[in-house]
Amino acid sequence: MTDTKYTIRGETGDWEVVVGLEVHAQVTSNAKLFSGAATAFGAEPNTQVSLVDAAMPGMLPVPNRECIRQAVRTGMAIDAQINRWSRFDRKNYFYADLPQGYQISQLYHPIVGEGAIDISLDDKNPDAAGKRIGVERIHVEQDAGKLMHDQHPTRSYVDLNRSGVALMEIVSKPDMASPAEAGAYLRKLRSILRYVGSCDGNMEEGSMRADVNVSVRKAGDELGTRTETKNVNSVRFVMAVVEQEAKRQIDVLESGGRIVQETRLYDPDRNETRSMRSKEDAHDYRYFPDPDLLPLELDDAFLEECRASLPELPDTKRRRYEALGITPYAAAVMTAEVEAARWFDALLDTGVAPVAAANWTTSELFGALNRTGRDIENSPVSPDQAAELLGLIADGTLSGTLAKQVFEIMLETGQGAAEIVEERGLKQTSDTGEIERVIAEVMAANEDKVADYRGGKDKLFGFFVGQTMKAMGGKANPGVVNDVLKKMLG
Amino acid sequence: MTDLTDLGVAAIRDGVRAGTFSAREVAEGFIANVSKAKALNAFLVETPDHALAAADAADAARAAGETLKPLAGVPIGMKDLFCTKGVPTTAASLILEGFVPPYESTVSANLWDAGAGMLGKLNMDQFAMGSSNETSAFGNVISPWRRSDGGNAPLAPGGSSGGSSTAVAARLCPAATGTDTGGSIRQPAAFTGISGIKPTYGRCSRWGTIAFASSLDQAGPMARDVRDCAILLEAMSGFDAKDATSLDLPVPAWEAGLSGDLNGKRIGIPKEYRVDNMPAEIDALWQQGIDWLKDAGAEIVEVSLPHTKYALPAYYIIAPAEASSNLARYDGVRYGLRDLPEGAGLQDMYAATRADGFGDEVKRRIMIGTYVLSAGFYDAYFTQASKVRTLIARDFEQAWAKCDLLLTPTAPSSAFALGEKSADPIAMYLNDVFTVPSSLAGLPAMSVPGGLDGAGLPLGLQIIGKPLDEQGVLNAGLALEQRAGFTARAEAWW
Repeated sequence: MTDTKYTIRGETGDWEVVVGLEVHAQVTSNAKLFSGAATAFGAEPNTQVSLVDAAMPGMLPVPNRECIRQAVRTGMAIDAQINRWSRFDRKNYFYADLPQGYQISQLYHPIVGEGAIDISLDDKNPDAAGKRIGVERIHVEQDAGKLMHDQHPTRSYVDLNRSGVALMEIVSKPDMASPAEAGAYLRKLRSILRYVGSCDGNMEEGSMRADVNVSVRKAGDELGTRTETKNVNSVRFVMAVVEQEAKRQIDVLESGGRIVQETRLYDPDRNETRSMRSKEDAHDYRYFPDPDLLPLELDDAFLEECRASLPELPDTKRRRYEALGITPYAAAVMTAEVEAARWFDALLDTGVAPVAAANWTTSELFGALNRTGRDIENSPVSPDQAAELLGLIADGTLSGTLAKQVFEIMLETGQGAAEIVEERGLKQTSDTGEIERVIAEVMAANEDKVADYRGGKDKLFGFFVGQTMKAMGGKANPGVVNDVLKKMLG
Repeated sequence: MTDLTDLGVAAIRDGVRAGTFSAREVAEGFIANVSKAKALNAFLVETPDHALAAADAADAARAAGETLKPLAGVPIGMKDLFCTKGVPTTAASLILEGFVPPYESTVSANLWDAGAGMLGKLNMDQFAMGSSNETSAFGNVISPWRRSDGGNAPLAPGGSSGGSSTAVAARLCPAATGTDTGGSIRQPAAFTGISGIKPTYGRCSRWGTIAFASSLDQAGPMARDVRDCAILLEAMSGFDAKDATSLDLPVPAWEAGLSGDLNGKRIGIPKEYRVDNMPAEIDALWQQGIDWLKDAGAEIVEVSLPHTKYALPAYYIIAPAEASSNLARYDGVRYGLRDLPEGAGLQDMYAATRADGFGDEVKRRIMIGTYVLSAGFYDAYFTQASKVRTLIARDFEQAWAKCDLLLTPTAPSSAFALGEKSADPIAMYLNDVFTVPSSLAGLPAMSVPGGLDGAGLPLGLQIIGKPLDEQGVLNAGLALEQRAGFTARAEAWW
């Protein structure tokens, strides 16, 4: 890791930035946290609302086991303390998007305690530039509904589809010290959640959003007063909030002002944060244990099942790839997204040589996907098809150049590599007789150059290789061409 | 011919089964009684069609030679706290005026499944908050009882299940449902000379019952006698996956298990229940009850429940705290009353709707509950009260080492006159002093009539049992009933 600490230069000197993130991640589950209503994104307003979600009189919440399981698995994935006994509390406040008049959450006894997430600031060398960010807790809670103020001149509309959907609130410690660290933390958390399958990490659809806590201080000083910027919905915006908010705070402090503890909003169009409400008008949420629910008690069998169902996580997978000889960079690239890692694991399972496979995947496949704007889930080439192509390279049937050509045809037609080689005669030749004949023709057509080469112009060797390959339509085995040329040019 | 409305649940059930009379005759008899008893104001909604349909179904089943359901032919009254599909349900509050639930509470559904029919929705204290039925937004329920000293002051039927107690005592229905949060089944039963049992917390599903204080609310039956209570409770109880606090246990055959023989049972007499200023008549009845249980074969032991005196204050912190949150949903947005003044915003609508919709007692408890949960007061009140609750439960657990059941008076007085205590909330709250501790501990408890006081008003005795020991409670209640020979009834004046 670079030793240069991130600081912002102000008029009075250098300022350090202290960042903590509270990430709300929607739990992947077909049903809501305390009702059987569906959770699909994009449904018609108020079509995914049960009597419980609408807070009809006498309706009661019943915990959804799957949501609890996902929270526990997430906790296990960040090596966190799993609390066998936890409890739901009510957070009371009135608002039109909150039919019950309270949100069921976990203030006093969260289901997951302290854990940690390792981030990396250098893709090329993830282990060397690592930092461990503490996670304070994870608790589960209900989401609120959605208000729409732009549908009618004098009325607001409310959509309760999201009301009661399960969220995990993942609270970090104030361990991040720069926009880059905040970004890396959020990306890594998202990666882990997607590996675990507990959240789809889709920030555009609001499945993941962050409250960004920022404060500034001079080196060695106590923590400054923090502000909380709510509901930031992309990695880029989180990084921008850290930077803009830190700068704003420094300006305030250096012009003799004071930072007020308050809630702020980020305006991406103006790239600035704005005050939403200060601590003085903060709600008194009157948290207390929800009397409709018994404490959650997790038994050994449940915990065992949660643990057993965890997949290999990104860091472990990356180290496994590195142990196979794959470069740390390629290993990091391939493990960042769970879909890519799954695809590559399937490729490895075919028995291909890992290093060659990694190089081909990160350069050829990822390049092609980038070019065509596709993601790996929709890759036109399956791991088995890739294995077939890699096999033809390994056994010398295809040269690098030919392999590229075959891959292009695979992308276009969806055909298998062997079939393409067969149909189009793209097979590489190592037939020395044929190669000798072509070289003889090339030498005959370039007698002056042969003379120059023999006179000591060694550099012309490449010219003969190029001419021979060209004459053979790229299908000659480059190693054999080299050997024969050396012999014939003498 | 006997007046069919003099019959209780068991007699009606057996008579319908035997063909002694038809279920329709029974339903019609009670429907007639209901329509003649408007002066009591016990019913908020009358549903004769519901009762008749169930009766006809019972008669048809009998005619077809089918096995009759456990409550076939039995019409009952439903406290208006239970949501009933297609039938207005208000919890006796203006804030729910016009609300017609599109769903049936689990308890009422269980009763209909057992063959019972509904005569109507019964008046009650608003949101079950009250001990006299004077907090209903739809007028007081008047007890059928009058003092024998010639005083004609209308008396309180007890609360919050005051419509239920009056309806059963006045023969408007053979039995009714009640709910009990701190005594709301037992105290009105005692005031009107009927029986009522609050089962172990979790026996009856709370799903579809409008919540007052979730950790305390339990449904239970109110009826003429112990057997009828057992029959009804069997039908009302049972595990419900829709209530996370529901007990996943089979429902015992309580009626079949009834026995007034208490040989081998030890009955505890908690010394802390001898409170100051308790009328001598109640003390005397308590002693009488002790003698009756001894006569039934029980051994009497004195026990101590040292934290009893803290129960009432703890209850009046916990129950309002939960209520303040449970009642937040009545906001004018989705159902019931909406008061939207000209030019009002969201907060104005909340304020106007809740100001107009809730009665004074409900507002008082919402304010108390909000206060005790507020930052800075939470530990001093709510946390402390929760600790007291734990200690109360421990008191009972320790008592169970020495005895199987407890005998106490149900209430510290007989029925008082309407208006007598309504200006003094504390005096009103003191009515719950004997019923609240067992509510806080979630224990089964029942009130059975023991006798009349000097003014000719009923007094009740309370049996408290171990968790899940409804059978023990019912059996001790039966032993008392057999010896008390309580046959007094209110003279019809309405």
